[in-house]
Amino acid sequence: MTANKQNLSYRSAFTLVLKRDLTIALRHRDDIINPLLFFIIVVTLFPLGIGPEAQTLSRIAPGIIWVAALLSTLLSLDRLFKSDHNDGSLEQMLLSPHPVFILVLAKIIAHWLITGLPLIFIAPLLAVLLHLNEQSYGALMLTLLLGTPVLSLLGAIGVALTVGIKKGGVLLSLLVLPLYIPVLIFATSAIDTAALGLPYNGQLAIIAALFFGSLTLAPFAVGAALKVSTN
Amino acid sequence: MWKWLHPYANPEVSYHFAGKLLPWLSALAALFLSIGLVWALLFAPADYQQGDSFRIFYIHVPAASLSMGIYVGMAIAAFSSLVWQLKLANASAAAMAPIGATFTAIALITGAAWGKPMWGTWWIWDARLTSELILLFLYMGVIALHSAFEDKDLAGKAAGILTLVGVVNIPIIKYSVEWWNTLHQGSTVSKMGKPSMSIDMLWPFLFCFIGFALLVSVIICIRFRTEILARNSIRPWVRDLVNSHVAYNTTFKEHM
Repeated sequence: MTANKQNLSYRSAFTLVLKRDLTIALRHRDDIINPLLFFIIVVTLFPLGIGPEAQTLSRIAPGIIWVAALLSTLLSLDRLFKSDHNDGSLEQMLLSPHPVFILVLAKIIAHWLITGLPLIFIAPLLAVLLHLNEQSYGALMLTLLLGTPVLSLLGAIGVALTVGIKKGGVLLSLLVLPLYIPVLIFATSAIDTAALGLPYNGQLAIIAALFFGSLTLAPFAVGAALKVSTN
Repeated sequence: MWKWLHPYANPEVSYHFAGKLLPWLSALAALFLSIGLVWALLFAPADYQQGDSFRIFYIHVPAASLSMGIYVGMAIAAFSSLVWQLKLANASAAAMAPIGATFTAIALITGAAWGKPMWGTWWIWDARLTSELILLFLYMGVIALHSAFEDKDLAGKAAGILTLVGVVNIPIIKYSVEWWNTLHQGSTVSKMGKPSMSIDMLWPFLFCFIGFALLVSVIICIRFRTEILARNSIRPWVRDLVNSHVAYNTTFKEHM
């Protein structure tokens, strides 16, 4: 068994962790559904608070959808390392001979598949409720597709730092939300630009840059933070 | 090459070194601040457009630039504590965070106080103001993470990672906020432009700036010493220090 594990290639270690996390998530469907419900409810609250005028709503729709996406990602982040930390499997993962980078990346991608991807599927529906400009749908989908992985990657740093703390929930939002600001700015600006019928590839390119930057750097920070947290 | 630095890795040596620096720095800070502030607030000429209310800049600008400078200092300390495992660098980063947060808050408050008579409003979503506010959030995050851990060493390491993540993000946040501002609204107020300062205004400003920088280093020294004592409270040299203080105080009282 141990000899087998030692011979695992990087790719198989990656897929193993990914499959494991997806299997666990599919057996606890609440973890997938609850952040989604939260996302929908938050978006519903805004028209109730602001008023039902279609013009106002379509003006603020990009911001609402994106802020709600940030918050629901934040809510779902907790499950990324918490249960593994509690039952000790996180420590075993860090002790394994494989680079932490690969294992962490697999976990983050699994988290995005579970929480980020459903957001993208449900977002057009909410956009209809908010009277989003018809020209903006493509931009909304593309920004969510490129932006939500950034949220998972940056959020993972915050979770890794707070996983050892008993009441880490509120602290996590304090640490992570300021880091989400660039994604929010460029995503909503892309959607606004699309509504005017102008090209928005500039904003998309910057979100893509944020995505690749965090994809390459964040797992290192997460690994270092996990080593501090598990100690 | 770096050998002269090695003795300072010892907390006791560093503690006494900071103690020796303290009176010099305090005297210089008092000197520069008193000259600079009196000159700036009483004798420097009033601005031809803004009148006397521009004088708040003598506090606002040093506070704003120091708030960013302290974050960079904290990031350097965090980096050296993570790479070379220097525990004292950890302590100094912990000493700097609240000071940086305070100076950020001072910059925001004095900015608001200036904005009310000049712009007619306390707050404007200007790029600089917004990024300063976000800097305050980043400081608060570091401080909160520090206080969340029981173990000071772990707290320092975790806060150090967060500081470094923040320092990578600060330029990105700054530029994205600037972009956001230019896209969402025409830059009406921020385009006020900085008229090049006249010499009469520049000199008191330099005195104020150096004075505030010295003040920051004084407070850092004090907090650094306290951090060292708190982290080494079980070491014999700290006990000796405390005992000698207690002995000194009792003899002092007897003489009274």
